[in-house]
Amino acid sequence: MPAADSTDTVDTIEDPVSTEVRTTTYAKAVAAALRTAMHADERVFMAGEDIGIYGGAFGVTDGLLQEFGEERIRDTPISEDAIVGMAVGAAITGTRPIVEMQFSDFVVNAMDPLVNQAAKLYFMYGGNVEVPMVLRLPGGGGTGAAAQHSQSLEAWFAHVPGLKVVAPSTVQDAHDLLLAALVDPNPVVVVEHKLLYKQEGALTPRATPEDSPAVIGEAAVVREGTDLTVVGYSLNTHKALDAAEELAAEGIDVEVVDLRTLRPLDTETVIESVCRTGKLLVTHEAPTAVGVGAEVVAAVAGSRAFDHLLAPIVRVCGRENPMPYAPALEAATIPQTADLVAAMRALAAEDV
Amino acid sequence: MPRHDPTEPSGALEALTTMWTIRRFEEALEDLYSRGMLHGTNHLSIGQEAVAVGACGALEDGDFITSTHRGHGHSIAHGADPEPMFAELLGRETGYCGGRGGSMHIADVGSGNLGANGIVAGSMTLAVGAALSQRLLGSSAVVLCFFGDGAANEGSFHEALNLAAVWELPVVFLCENNQYGMSMASDLSTAGGSVAGRGAAYGLEGVRLDGNDVIAVAEGVATAAAAAREGRGPALLEAITYRYRGHSKSDRNLYRTQDEIEEWRTERDPIARFEARLLEEGRLDREAIDGARQTARERIRDAVKAAVQAPEPTVDVLEEAVYARR
Repeated sequence: MPAADSTDTVDTIEDPVSTEVRTTTYAKAVAAALRTAMHADERVFMAGEDIGIYGGAFGVTDGLLQEFGEERIRDTPISEDAIVGMAVGAAITGTRPIVEMQFSDFVVNAMDPLVNQAAKLYFMYGGNVEVPMVLRLPGGGGTGAAAQHSQSLEAWFAHVPGLKVVAPSTVQDAHDLLLAALVDPNPVVVVEHKLLYKQEGALTPRATPEDSPAVIGEAAVVREGTDLTVVGYSLNTHKALDAAEELAAEGIDVEVVDLRTLRPLDTETVIESVCRTGKLLVTHEAPTAVGVGAEVVAAVAGSRAFDHLLAPIVRVCGRENPMPYAPALEAATIPQTADLVAAMRALAAEDV
Repeated sequence: MPRHDPTEPSGALEALTTMWTIRRFEEALEDLYSRGMLHGTNHLSIGQEAVAVGACGALEDGDFITSTHRGHGHSIAHGADPEPMFAELLGRETGYCGGRGGSMHIADVGSGNLGANGIVAGSMTLAVGAALSQRLLGSSAVVLCFFGDGAANEGSFHEALNLAAVWELPVVFLCENNQYGMSMASDLSTAGGSVAGRGAAYGLEGVRLDGNDVIAVAEGVATAAAAAREGRGPALLEAITYRYRGHSKSDRNLYRTQDEIEEWRTERDPIARFEARLLEEGRLDREAIDGARQTARERIRDAVKAAVQAPEPTVDVLEEAVYARR
């Protein structure tokens, strides 16, 4: 494993139920949700590689070992299959595990417990058992970590009935959706882009998991506009917003929809937006083919929004190659804000 | 206290009746299959009854089991009712899983049966998590993890054993070595000569048992479970047994001889051996033994009769079946 990008996170142990509004980072918002859940419910525990004294590869769990002890903040061997399988077994017998996969890429070693076990037990056992577990997956590229430490694998999980998949983009959503995942009786995969961890934003911390207003399965219109709809999630929501801001100076009015949840997908919010703007651009960092964006496009094409479309639908997603190491190649593989600006400008200019 | 002690008359009667119930259950499935009433495949455990009955009888109420694709015997030995089991295999609404699981997914979580599993070694890591839960919740329950000789060559075997050992969790890993992983002979697939021998890698003793001797299995599991319950960590046991039938319905038995099968059936059958021993040692008389057979036969006959009359599930159940709701 390459040296992980160390991120400053929780500097001091804060009041566990402080609901004071503050400006903080995405990583600290995640940590605050973890602490809230651990304080609210003693059945909640965490497991993962180097999440204890090390604080996690990205520092998200920094300080949690000191606060909750090693029974509940469990450093594990490098055994992804066993970590996730163990979590499934724990979830069906009365506890609520939260697993941090060190890099989302490593979840490939745990596909059996995630896809064949966690996703299926409730259904397969006739509803007689619930699997309330949360799997956090730090993913995405742009960190120079190359092909095995940079992937965006969310489409795999979004393809599996029985799993829920969330991909929060903001500090507040990172907090609220994680809490929502923790009170959900189903296995929830939380996709966290590594480049978001240091992102700052306003956070209203929730006192208990139940106080989270987030609903898994609801997208949000994060910028209203009339000329075209851009749909993204996770880091690409920010890129879309940055591009929209740039185009606003040119008089192009862009609406941005943040999916927030990838399964179940809130297609209605997207369809409504496209009915208003008549143009759709979808963006994600994961490779284009068979990505989550394809599902969004299919949903729009098969809906009443079809009659409102004024131009062909555009996708600005990842290139069809493994993540390269060299900076220029990596940048070319990942959709950049400039790529979005160009594509959005062209789409806006399409003759109506 | 273990649920039943096969060295005592009442425990012996219970064990014998359960062994017969498993055998009659499996035979009834063959019958239903030959009549075209089962639409999926199934994996029969005829010949392996002593492992399931000895092991589950050595547990205490409140303990858990995880099972395998060849799991009917484990379920019955852990207390499952044959009627909803048949209903499940027949794809009926009244089955343990409402007809959604079938042969390989029978579970009865309420009674501590965490389910059969269609993935070889798939339940081994789940057993570790169930054991961790027990410790975190302050329970003294142990988890009995059945797995086959084939599973011992999966990576999950290693990860599960290692994690249970470093965390000192109360899991009794019981390898039901029926000597073939589908067609692959265990001694050709298993480096090092035995599954039990691999225990040394995890600091575990690793004990081989005669899997066709219900008393030997019961004693081995009781000892391991007691140690696990006292906080002395996991155990690895290997029970040597034999399946008489093929792996599944597609099996033409091309990888072993009829002589080999006959030798196990006639000389080492776990039920016949147990009955002979009970008679010889005077713990049960012929009448009691015949009674056990009769009880099992009637139990299975009644269960099949009821199950075949149960309704099939309606398609509308699928809508609400995928996700649990708060």
